[in-house]
Amino acid sequence: MESGSGFATTSIRTKTTIFACIVILSNALGNFALAAGMRGRRTESVVDYLAAIFSPWVALGIVLLILWLLSRMTLLSWADLSYVLPVTSLGYVANALVGRFFLNEQITGARWTGTLLIVAGTILVGRGSPATHIEKGRA
Amino acid sequence: MNAWILIGVIVASTVLGDLLQTAEMKRHGEIKEFHPRGLRKVFVTLARRKFLIASIVFMAISFFAFMTLLESADLSFAVPASAATIVFETFLARFVLKERVDSWRWAGACLVACGVALLTR
Repeated sequence: MESGSGFATTSIRTKTTIFACIVILSNALGNFALAAGMRGRRTESVVDYLAAIFSPWVALGIVLLILWLLSRMTLLSWADLSYVLPVTSLGYVANALVGRFFLNEQITGARWTGTLLIVAGTILVGRGSPATHIEKGRA
Repeated sequence: MNAWILIGVIVASTVLGDLLQTAEMKRHGEIKEFHPRGLRKVFVTLARRKFLIASIVFMAISFFAFMTLLESADLSFAVPASAATIVFETFLARFVLKERVDSWRWAGACLVACGVALLTR
């Protein structure tokens, strides 16, 4: 990764692409780790929840979801919410692919159609500027 | 608890959480420093923002309501609710946050919402 001062001068679009990828991957991998850690576990009391939280997979999931929250907040410091929401929805596709290849879940025709619609929607939104207020300010 | 009440809680808390978080991050301004000292300074500043803390509380409410919904409802019922928030939040981003939402963004948000709903079938 670039140094702090170098990254500060990186263009908005490059920064947005890098942070959108971090948001998407940390969400998908965090959910996968949580699902793997919670599988077959019974949580009926506070002690059960604490035991779950400190188990390796669930702890990894929580760390990744904290990374997701922080990277999304950073992204929202310059990018529009109406841009971030559709673009980071690629996380749903990543979740489906993780389920298909790591959890052996079936992907039906409807799911492939849904995946294509999300990718198409992301391309439509992604072709525009991520930060219209900055664009307006520079105009 | 009734599934529709839980969906109402999920939608309302997700929308409020995202709006507050976006408004606070925009008020803070673009984060440009990514070395550890710079990031620590940013997060110490942000930790004092009441609306940002409120947004994280709303996100936690949404998360636990979603987990509760999954105890009694299928994922194929629960996830389309989160898809509906994409269109709703785009609408609020336009009129509350005053973002410039062109027709491409509207079309993209609608396609993504339909796609997420289909993904659960």
